[in-house]
Amino acid sequence: MKRAIIAAVFAAALAASPRPAAGDAAPRVVEITAKRWEFSPNEITLKKGEPVVLRLKSEDVTHGFFSRKLKIESDIQPGKTTDVPLTPEAAGAYTVICDVFCGSGHGNMKMKIVVE
Amino acid sequence: MKDPLDRRSFLTIAGASLGVGALFRVLPASAAGPGPEISRLFRDQNGEAPGGFSFVQISDTHVGFEGPPNPLGTKAFEHAVEVVNALPHQPDLVLFTGDLTHDTEKPGEHAARMKRFREIASGLKVKNVKLVPGEHDAGQDHGVLFKSVFGDTHYSFDHKGVHFVALDNVSQGRPIVGPEQVAWLKNDLSRFPKTAPIVVFTHRPLFDLAPEWEWFTNDGDDVMNVLAPFDDVTVLYGHIHRQDQRVLGRARHLAARSLIFAFPDPSLGVPKKPIAFDKEKPFANLGVREVRAESKGASLAVNDIELTIKEYAGSAGISQVKKGGLFA
Repeated sequence: MKRAIIAAVFAAALAASPRPAAGDAAPRVVEITAKRWEFSPNEITLKKGEPVVLRLKSEDVTHGFFSRKLKIESDIQPGKTTDVPLTPEAAGAYTVICDVFCGSGHGNMKMKIVVE
Repeated sequence: MKDPLDRRSFLTIAGASLGVGALFRVLPASAAGPGPEISRLFRDQNGEAPGGFSFVQISDTHVGFEGPPNPLGTKAFEHAVEVVNALPHQPDLVLFTGDLTHDTEKPGEHAARMKRFREIASGLKVKNVKLVPGEHDAGQDHGVLFKSVFGDTHYSFDHKGVHFVALDNVSQGRPIVGPEQVAWLKNDLSRFPKTAPIVVFTHRPLFDLAPEWEWFTNDGDDVMNVLAPFDDVTVLYGHIHRQDQRVLGRARHLAARSLIFAFPDPSLGVPKKPIAFDKEKPFANLGVREVRAESKGASLAVNDIELTIKEYAGSAGISQVKKGGLFA
C-alpha cells in the first residue's frame, strides 16, 4: 500500500513538473535488472532535474529497490516490469539497496545512482 | 573440553572477536522498592511482584555461516553459552535477537541449522530462553520454518515487574513490522499504566540507523509512536553486528554485538563489509566495555526500575585463542 502511494506521489510529481514543450522526448528509460545478489548495471548516471523512468526487472525472485534519500521504494517481481519515475533533485551519489530479503547474499545487494 | 579457557580469558576472547552479548540487571530504583501502582498491577495480574533480576541478550549467531570473516564457525556461540553459565548470578532470562541461523536454500539444511542452534542453546543453564527471528531465519519463507521450530515470531510476557515484548520485523521479507502487529502491540500495552517498564526485543533497529546499509525498520515510527506514552522503554536489537546505544525521545535503543563477525561504523563512510578476521591480531579494534543505564531523571525513578547493563567485550586475545587450540 505504502509503496503504491509512493509510486503515486512520483507519478503526481512527474505530472506536476513543467510540461515538456512540443517535440520534447519522453522521459529517458533506464533499464535495471535485478538478480541474486546484484543489480545490473550496478551504477547509473542521471542529470539533476531530468525526468527518467527506471524500468526494473527481476531474473529470479522478488527483490526490492529502495533509497531513502531518493524516496524510492518499490518491489521488483519476476515476470513483471516495474517502472519507477524519478526526477533527481540534488546532485550526489545515492546508494540503492534491495530491501526484500532474497537469500544469504542479500545484505550486499546494492547499486549506485550518480546524479550530476 | 580440553584445555578449557578460564572464564576471564574467554570473556576477553569471545567478546573481543565476536561479541558475547549483554548482561542486563534490573533492580529496584530506590530503597523503597517498586512503586505501589506497578507492584500491585504485576502482583494482581501475574501473581508476580516486581523484583531484581538480570537477563542476557545474545544476537546474530548465524549458525551455518562459513567464510573468511569468521573461520571459527559456532565457536563463539558455544563459548558464549559457557560464559553465561559461568556467571556468578545466573540470569533469569536469555533473549536472542535474531539471525540465529544463516540462510541457506540447500534442501533440509536450514532446518539442520536451526536444530544445531537449539543444540548449542540447550547448553544454557538458564532454561527461560526467548527468541525473535532475523531475516536469515524467516525472511524467505515468511517465518514458516522458524515457527515450526521455535514458535511465534511475536509475543509478550511479564517478568518480575517488566513487560517484555518480542517484535518481528523480518518475516514479511522486508524491514517492516506491519499494521497488524502494531495494532496487536497497542492492544497488548493497553492494560499497563504509563509508568510500567517495557523492554522490546526485536532484530532490526526500529529507527533509521543507516538505511543505505538496511539498518532500519520502515514502520519503526509506528511502533515507537505506540510506545511513546510510556515513561520507561528499552529496545534491544541486533542485526547491525556492532554495539550501539542511543536515546531517541525517551526510549533507549541498544544493539548487541554479533557472535559471528562485526561490521564497521557506517558513519565512517566505509563500505558495508565484515571487519576482516586477522589471525595475528583478530580482536584489536574491540575493547572491554561496561555501560550503565543509571537511574537518573524522573523516568526511571518513577518507573521503579533501574537497568544496569554490562556488556562483555575484549581486547587482544589471540594468545588465549592459541591456548584454546583454535589455531593449532
